[in-house]
Amino acid sequence: MYDMSIKVENLTHTYNSGTAFEKKAIDDLSFEIKDGDFVGLIGHTGSGKSTLIQHFNALLAPTSGKIYFNGEDINADKTKLKHFRTKIGLVFQYPEYQLFETTVFADVAFGPKNMGLSEEEIESRVKEALTIVGIDESVYESSPFELSGGQKRRAAIAGVLAMKPEVIILDEPTAGLDPKGRDEILNEIAKMHKILGITVILVSHSMEDVAKYVNRIIVMHNGKIKYSGTPEEIFGKAEELVEIGLDVPQITHVFKELKAQGIDVPDNIFTVDEAEKVLYDLLKQVEKC
Amino acid sequence: MLRDITLGQYYPSDSRVHHLDPRLKIILTLAYIVSLFFVKDYWGYVYCAVILGLVIHISRVPAKFVFKGIKALIVILIFTAVLNIFSYPDGTALAHVGLFTITIEGIQIAIKMCIRLILLVSGASILTLTTSPIQLTDAIERILNPFKKAGLPSHEIAMMMSIALRFIPTLMDETDKIIKAQQARGADFETGNLLQRAKSLIPILIPLFISAFRRADELAMAMEARCYGISTERTRMNELALGQEDFRAIGAAVLYGAIFVAVRLFL
Ligand SMILES: Nc1ncnc2c1ncn2[C@@H]1O[C@H](COP(=O)(O)OP(=O)(O)OP(=O)(O)O)[C@@H](O)[C@H]1O
Ligand SMILES: [Mg+2]
Repeated sequence: MYDMSIKVENLTHTYNSGTAFEKKAIDDLSFEIKDGDFVGLIGHTGSGKSTLIQHFNALLAPTSGKIYFNGEDINADKTKLKHFRTKIGLVFQYPEYQLFETTVFADVAFGPKNMGLSEEEIESRVKEALTIVGIDESVYESSPFELSGGQKRRAAIAGVLAMKPEVIILDEPTAGLDPKGRDEILNEIAKMHKILGITVILVSHSMEDVAKYVNRIIVMHNGKIKYSGTPEEIFGKAEELVEIGLDVPQITHVFKELKAQGIDVPDNIFTVDEAEKVLYDLLKQVEKC
Repeated sequence: MLRDITLGQYYPSDSRVHHLDPRLKIILTLAYIVSLFFVKDYWGYVYCAVILGLVIHISRVPAKFVFKGIKALIVILIFTAVLNIFSYPDGTALAHVGLFTITIEGIQIAIKMCIRLILLVSGASILTLTTSPIQLTDAIERILNPFKKAGLPSHEIAMMMSIALRFIPTLMDETDKIIKAQQARGADFETGNLLQRAKSLIPILIPLFISAFRRADELAMAMEARCYGISTERTRMNELALGQEDFRAIGAAVLYGAIFVAVRLFL
């Protein structure tokens, strides 16, 4: 197979099938995620994002449909599940609640240990992962429960990263963090994407975060994919997004308003950095006149 | 996977049985169960079974859900049957198995015991299928209230029951999530010998305990923040009161009992 990494074909998932609590959470999805992409998965609460991503590493089995990783059906062979789970790393929402070991180091080593790696390899991977997420060597031997909230979360992300997955999926990694903690985590994720070249799928409720980092957006609504495309394409549909309970970044609203008032600005501005540049140029022009 | 386990399997629906006063339902179920023990012959069981069938029909709970409870009981049923078959050696002998004798009387008793058990369990399931756990504990508190003066902490018992019930699904969800998170890190719970498997539970149990304690702590704090335990006389949001439907149900139950007694006395 060529350079595709995850391919989903007619995926459907029904919870509690055949009971009074039956619920179709994913409804006939088909799409591809390419190698090296930084994908943002957005959708309002209950739209099926978490359900979808649990299929990517075979934690949930499809009710019908298939998922291929590099051309291989991940559910075809039960004995290979572990293999795919290490190739496709999944960081759950509030991952800090999965910490259990006596030290931070041992907890991050849990994944690599399960892969049956050698001691040296485990050690080097754990150190590398902890360095990427910005955890200082001085706390390697502390209990993970003594860390601050943001540090706990980073340690948990490192626990998945240490398995050296080719794809990493993060389910709302910034939920419940303060703005500084959020930026730090997101920057580290962007760094992973850049340095390690891994495919990243970021589930998020924040349009700002998505706009700032991803190169492709998938919008989910009631278990279906409503839109999929580049940030320009998606955030160009402000009205449609609002209709399904989502929004465009705040700054995009500002620029729309400016344009409506007759000021000559582009309307495809999605991040504060872009906005700053545009406004700066605009001011310079005004000064010249 | 963990969600497949149904506990206190409430089946939500809008039937007349669902809307009955839960206190009444508990009392009527107990009465029905007691009546089962006074049945003498097969016709009596037919009568009890028909009445139960009628209630199941009115409750609009699919029969499949009622019989699920019986499936779980199959071992006990077989055990009861075998025990009874061999415990009447003095009757008309049919066959000898080693030291034991199978008699017609023994078989008859075994059949009756099994029918009784099936009716008993089905009757009790109808109660839990049509009454939400919260209603049940509420009703139990009310029924126990008269014993409060004798020192029975009826309110505390009910509160503990409802908190426990409330947290069963939450903890199951949590367990499910933790299992998945550890599986995502390559944990393996299915292979290996007994010791390895027991060890593989550690990464689940530790986070689970931590989260259970955290939740308990948070809940206690939230309850205290709303002054729980300060006033001895709590009033409630939904006062239970017997309505027209309830009196009809009482009427039906009295009729059931009357026919039962009449047949026993005069036939
Ligand atoms: N284990 C489960 N059992 C039954 N139903 C479930 C389960 N998990 C999710 N659902 C239901 O499936 C639907 C999709 O849920 P999902 O968690 O995938 O949504 P989501 O997009 O991740 O939402 P959020 O943004 O709140 O995390 C919801 O309606 C939810 O109630
Ligand atoms: Mg979710």
